[in-house]
Amino acid sequence: MSKPTKSQGDFYQRDRRWHPPALDRNYKTSVARSPQFPLISLENTPSEITGPTFGHNDIAATDNDLLNNFASPGESPIGERIIVHGRVLDENARPVPNTLVEIWQANASGRYRHKKDKYLGAIDPNFGGCGRTMTDEDGYYYFRTVKPGAYPWRNWVNDWRPAHIHVSVFGTGFAQRLITQLYFEGDPLIARCPIVQSIPDPEAVEQLVARLDLNATIPLDTIAYKFDIVLRGRRSTLFENRLEGN
Amino acid sequence: MVQKLNFLKETPSQTAGPYVHIGLAPGAAGFEIYDQELGHDIAGPNAAGERIRVEGLVIDGIGSPVKDVLLEAWQANANGVYAHPEHAGPDHTHTVDEGFRGWGRVITDFDSGEWAFDTVKPGPVMGRNGQMMAPHINLWIVARGINVGLNTRIYFEDEAEANTADPIINLIEWEKRRATLIAKRDMRDGKVVYRFDIRLQGEDETVFFDI
Repeated sequence: MSKPTKSQGDFYQRDRRWHPPALDRNYKTSVARSPQFPLISLENTPSEITGPTFGHNDIAATDNDLLNNFASPGESPIGERIIVHGRVLDENARPVPNTLVEIWQANASGRYRHKKDKYLGAIDPNFGGCGRTMTDEDGYYYFRTVKPGAYPWRNWVNDWRPAHIHVSVFGTGFAQRLITQLYFEGDPLIARCPIVQSIPDPEAVEQLVARLDLNATIPLDTIAYKFDIVLRGRRSTLFENRLEGN
Repeated sequence: MVQKLNFLKETPSQTAGPYVHIGLAPGAAGFEIYDQELGHDIAGPNAAGERIRVEGLVIDGIGSPVKDVLLEAWQANANGVYAHPEHAGPDHTHTVDEGFRGWGRVITDFDSGEWAFDTVKPGPVMGRNGQMMAPHINLWIVARGINVGLNTRIYFEDEAEANTADPIINLIEWEKRRATLIAKRDMRDGKVVYRFDIRLQGEDETVFFDI
């Protein structure tokens, strides 16, 4: 972490060997949906460094509470009550404040409230399965939800997704836009999942595993998992970087 | 022992999966939950500039339309200004029109795979080293089977001169591939419509960028 912060420059190059490759034959859908040509690498312009901003007017304060945002009054979804919390940071370990975090997930049976999901696992009448929130000044966010169940999917005939929550984050620039999946500590399906294992580096996989966080639980009420999200960091312009103009 | 560089690693990407709509477009998944879904209106009602519609398909390596895609657009206003504090210039000399966010989110139709959004045509934006970029819309594409969101740019057929000088288009060494970024202009019921089909793989594969 270099000291000068006068002017922010380009985003650090994305490490494409840390991320999963576009094509992984074990994740079958990727076979016909992966470009064959290499990506064309750009130096950042304002098109990449800027990105949408959101305010509290865009969302409701209760949108981060999946235990309540779809339940009938006085009712609650069935499942393990959990808090998912953490910080959004950049690669320089600086917080990313006021950024939009959106999540979606299956219910405790592993069934999604989506008209295309035909799994036998039951729909929960009191669970929608999506939430969103803005990080605070310290980059902190939290959700309350139920722990999702594992579910089968048509890849190899006996493939099961580990319990996971899909996470979407914006950051400050369009170059930081990221969708990922949160997994839960100790889940034996993580090591067997072709989507997870498309990530080549085991350390990178670990970064997607939320840890049980007993210090953040609400005793006798809700158990907690901690999940920090890291977005691309930006260079400090120690020397003129000629981003704009001459 | 050499000193450590204390940088974090970016959280690895994962596919958005087949049910991305639940989180980012719940109405399409089949239920109402939020007071307002985000990303339906890119330009807002007050933005100056030519009103346009952009539409297309996302096509896989077999030539079939992909019907579970989510696309996000990011663009400048008609004067080439992004709705972002860093692009407002010294003392916020450049402002965007009231209600102009410049960002939109659309999904493909489950039956046809068609997607479309209404916006204003963006103006040219200054790029690096004083080189003007032709008008363009930045696009980010996620779906089942796509492990890391794909970035591309939509340029406009009727900006041929600006496109020829565009520093990003000119980075593409294979000149034949440049055409994959150019949306075709048409008129329908008195409205300007640009067609932009995205080919993920194979013949006429769309150019994707590592931004």
